[in-house]
Amino acid sequence: MVNALQRAWQGFRAWRWPGVLSRTLAAVVGGYAVGALVSVACALLLPMPRAEAVLTGMMLSFAAYAGAVLWAFAARSAWRAWAGILLPALLLAAASWAGRVT
Amino acid sequence: MKQGFRQCMAWLHTWAGLIPGWILFAVFLTGTAAYYRGETTAWMRPELRTALPAPDAATLAVQELQRIAPDGPWFIGLPTDSDPLIRVFWRSREQRRFRDGVIDPVSGRLAEAGETRGGEFFYRFHFELHMPPIWGRWVVGACAMAMLVAILSGVITHRRIFADFFTFRPGKAAGRSWLDAHNALAVLALPYHLMITYTGLVTLMFMYMPWGIQVAYQGNSQAYFADTLGIPPPVRPAGQAAPLTDIAPLVAEALRRWPEAGVRRISVQSPGDANARISLGRGDGPELPIKRQELVFSGTTGELRAATGNEAPAVQTAGAMYRLHFARFESHLLRFLFFLSGLAGTAMVGTGLVLWAAKRVPKRAGQGAARRGFGLRLVETLNLGTVFGLPVAMLGFFWADRLLPRVMEARSDWEIRIFFGLWLLAYLHAALRPGRRGWAEQAGFAALLGLGLPLLTALTTRYHLGVTLPAGDWLMAGMDLGFLGFGLAFALAARKLWRESRRAAAAAPLGRLRAEGA
Repeated sequence: MVNALQRAWQGFRAWRWPGVLSRTLAAVVGGYAVGALVSVACALLLPMPRAEAVLTGMMLSFAAYAGAVLWAFAARSAWRAWAGILLPALLLAAASWAGRVT
Repeated sequence: MKQGFRQCMAWLHTWAGLIPGWILFAVFLTGTAAYYRGETTAWMRPELRTALPAPDAATLAVQELQRIAPDGPWFIGLPTDSDPLIRVFWRSREQRRFRDGVIDPVSGRLAEAGETRGGEFFYRFHFELHMPPIWGRWVVGACAMAMLVAILSGVITHRRIFADFFTFRPGKAAGRSWLDAHNALAVLALPYHLMITYTGLVTLMFMYMPWGIQVAYQGNSQAYFADTLGIPPPVRPAGQAAPLTDIAPLVAEALRRWPEAGVRRISVQSPGDANARISLGRGDGPELPIKRQELVFSGTTGELRAATGNEAPAVQTAGAMYRLHFARFESHLLRFLFFLSGLAGTAMVGTGLVLWAAKRVPKRAGQGAARRGFGLRLVETLNLGTVFGLPVAMLGFFWADRLLPRVMEARSDWEIRIFFGLWLLAYLHAALRPGRRGWAEQAGFAALLGLGLPLLTALTTRYHLGVTLPAGDWLMAGMDLGFLGFGLAFALAARKLWRESRRAAAAAPLGRLRAEGA
């Protein structure tokens, strides 16, 4: 019985799909959020004329998105993948909030 | 995914490349064809080509538009070297939608014979996939993002990126030579692949990443564009009739200001109204960035009201990215090199797809189709139907244009139906004929289509190679020679594949016997 449970647990650990799915979500959705927040932070914080800052942010956002996707699949575990995406996203959001147009 | 960093990246490269791979192949190939979209359309309607000076071409277009759509708005594309047609777009009041056409430079009327989407079809397909535009653009955007990730992870996977470039092991174990070809194509034009993917995302960034405008302009994108491009706010019609001023002097004035770049587009708002506006858009100059500059004139007095444009660094950077993506270069050689790089990119995606399947084919001969799982068979079918099926469909599109009656109802729709019909047949054929036999047959068919096109041109038009080569008509001759080149390449491929399939067939019975005996 214990053996069977152990085997099931090992089977579950070896089953990679939940991890891959979670990373894929982190990459596609979380990565987009990071890209979008980079464009927002640039638009609000860069010390240049407003239209220039907006355009710069838009052009850079795809590089940030790609970087986030690479991270999501390079991180050692799916949890770290999420952490490494949510943390910069929160920082960017906080910085944008602080620098918002009032 | 507990392995090292490089294995993770290899895994990512495989799946980020495979899943959107067939769409990417189609985007790459039709996008590459779109480098010559002006030439493509002109090849289909050679009798409409013109070298009229810009003011005269504009006058012709305005006269005809006044007849067919007196209320406007109108947009006019003036002829250039690589796109030598007078194009017009207008809003049709009866049909409540935009229509487009080409002005016959001899009669001055809207050309009716030979209606076609021409090169525009491939151009729009490469970012809309003939889907509803919004959907198509999002799908292509997602695939482009996957492409970017596949390129970056592919570079990371390749420790020996430069050594690998000089490695080619043709005829070695299945998979090895495909891998070498994939690597060589990828590394050879790596800066191009990265550039074209990134700039492609940038051309549609206002749709993909509108959030900066949302927060900095509270979602007022008109205010944003007014800021970046200096576009004056639109003027409402006064509701008072007033004749439109002569367009030729306005074009001449623009040419005086932009002697090298010239005028590319003209737009006319509310013609015949007292508040009519005529905007002339600048063409491409010798500098790298596309400069979006306009001269806005009053449509009644011809007085200059505004000169728009912006030379700020970010705007210039975006302009340079656009120019690189569209390859709107004066130099024919440079555009041709971009075309070759585009083909290399297409082949890179194609070899990558084939490589995925080649690696997974059961190793022992004779275990053939029965042992192939559903996933592998699906990939093989999609591979053949896309890698050779799409060129077949594209060449078929040109055949359709030459063979359909010059005047017929919904002619351009029929061309597109034939294109998709052929493509669908290619997938069916691929499903029914797995293995090298199927590849050989489609390559052979593509070769026939390609080699036959110059002949078909000779039979159906006055602009065949016998005339165009001596006359130095490089647009028509170049297209026909290009078809010959592709036909020849497919013929060579077909011959090689045919021989390999015969060899495999000769080896197979032995293998099957062994497998049954075991």
